[in-house]
Amino acid sequence: MSRERKMGMATRDAYGKALAELGKTNPNVIVLDADLAKSTKSEAFGKAFPNRFFDCGIQEANMAGVAAGLAMSGFIPFMNSFACFLMCKTYDQLRMSVAFPELNVKAVGSHGGISIGEDGASQQSIEDFSLAASLPNFTVLSACDEVSTAALVPKIAEHKGPLFMRTGRPKAPLVYDAKNAPKFEIGKGNIVREGRDLSIFANGLLVFEALVAADNLSQKGIEASVIDIHTIKPIDRELVIAQAKKTKAVVSCEEHQIYGGLGSIISKVLSEECPTPIEFVAIQDTYAESGTPDELMEAYKLTAPHIQKACEKVLSRKR
Amino acid sequence: MSTPKTSSLSIAELKKCANEIRKDVIRMTAAAGSGHPGGSLSAADIVTALYFRAMRHDPKNPSWPDRDRFILSKGHASPVLYSALARSGYFPTERLITFRKLGSPLQGHPDMRRIPGLEASTGSLGQGLSIGLGVALGRRLASRDYWTYVMMSDGEMNEGQTWEAAAFAHHHKVDHLVLIVDYNKFQLSDATHKICDMEPLADKWKSFNWHVEEMDGHNMEDVARHLEAAKKISGKPIVLIAHTIKGKGVSFMENNNHFHGVAPTEEEAKKALQELEGKAL
Repeated sequence: MSRERKMGMATRDAYGKALAELGKTNPNVIVLDADLAKSTKSEAFGKAFPNRFFDCGIQEANMAGVAAGLAMSGFIPFMNSFACFLMCKTYDQLRMSVAFPELNVKAVGSHGGISIGEDGASQQSIEDFSLAASLPNFTVLSACDEVSTAALVPKIAEHKGPLFMRTGRPKAPLVYDAKNAPKFEIGKGNIVREGRDLSIFANGLLVFEALVAADNLSQKGIEASVIDIHTIKPIDRELVIAQAKKTKAVVSCEEHQIYGGLGSIISKVLSEECPTPIEFVAIQDTYAESGTPDELMEAYKLTAPHIQKACEKVLSRKR
Repeated sequence: MSTPKTSSLSIAELKKCANEIRKDVIRMTAAAGSGHPGGSLSAADIVTALYFRAMRHDPKNPSWPDRDRFILSKGHASPVLYSALARSGYFPTERLITFRKLGSPLQGHPDMRRIPGLEASTGSLGQGLSIGLGVALGRRLASRDYWTYVMMSDGEMNEGQTWEAAAFAHHHKVDHLVLIVDYNKFQLSDATHKICDMEPLADKWKSFNWHVEEMDGHNMEDVARHLEAAKKISGKPIVLIAHTIKGKGVSFMENNNHFHGVAPTEEEAKKALQELEGKAL
């Protein structure tokens, strides 16, 4: 029996909607974009609150500095662009003007991962988690569906300090039921499926893929936990350790370059606290290409069957 | 409501104060054995005019929401800023000598988390104007009454981000913002015109629709007059291109780019302080 793939909004759409909603209750929220508001979905906020929205034009570096200055003046700036441009074109500005002085700037990058599709490698963001996580004082998020995105946006505004969140371009299958959703806290993973045999930690679109993989494994009598680990940094150490100790096998899944992202951060915790066999589902140190989102996710081995294979491999290594 | 501010010094007093600040720059960099004296000395008169005459600020209340802000984009000139902050009363002047030492709040380049009254962390060139735009927009959004001053080096005119900020400022009609270019004609490697000539600089800013003025950055009357006149301009950003001399005030350091990023030796410092003592008389 296969899990129903019930599609929700893209996380970028959910973000845009939640941001415009946030604007109603929080007058300190200021939104900046670099000529991509239609795509990042910050446009809805701009239409609702034109006085608190600044389109900077195609100048990401300046946008980051302006955001820093606004944060210094007591505002909560959300700066937006594609994730690849947001992290790569403003890296020094995020370092010097935001991370180092610990300013309350929220950087939200849309079009995360390779599932943006046909635009190809130059627009696909596969390094954003590791770049953001490398900046001291930065919190790093990647939500999996519209429900979690909508719940996390107000938490982002409440959170004090620099933060990066990735959103995605394509519609995202629903992991959560809006009517019956758990609590979402920055820094806390959510167990979306309980299992005794292994633990799958995933974020973004791969949370749903992990659930499908877990369902398929269940047919073979293998029960996997699936954890939506939307906060990459600070990682939920307690949960990672508890799950590893309980199941003694771990798989990490992310639509990101294999170095420096979720898998690297989880394995560090495991190495320190409870060495556990781990397999990594991620982009294997390469740039992707043009194609449909589904084709790319399959070609770069980020779908449920590949997660299942990683699970079987880690089980074979289980001590 | 009374508006707190530091004392507004006369021109004669400002000159004296700038001389004291120059002596601090020499003492601090010499004691540290490193630092950037050349660009600190070129900025000394302007920074003095800002902190002791033009700016409204209150060292007893560093987070006063309506205070004027100064952002030193050329963060390597930190000694001149630290001296002005200490002499304004933000922290004891005795602390200046800890500059660049482990554990000191006086970091090689400014760290706003460590010093009250220090508005921005800088040191990676070309970022201060963008930060200043955010602070100036914050003024408008919060309907506050303050001015934002940003100081950049002529070397920072090389940076692309500077011109992004220049275009943004015009487009969004950012005002109550004064950029001061400490145009000392040198950057690290050599004369600015030899590295990456930015002339005609005033025309560049004019073409970006800024209000542009040029001044003698070492003529205290001229500096004070321009800073005062700027306060009467609204609706557009202002740039004051200050013609200055790197190493100004110490004969053997003036226009001597060796002292861009090299501290005076003990002997050089002694000689420099003697010269500056003579000027104070």
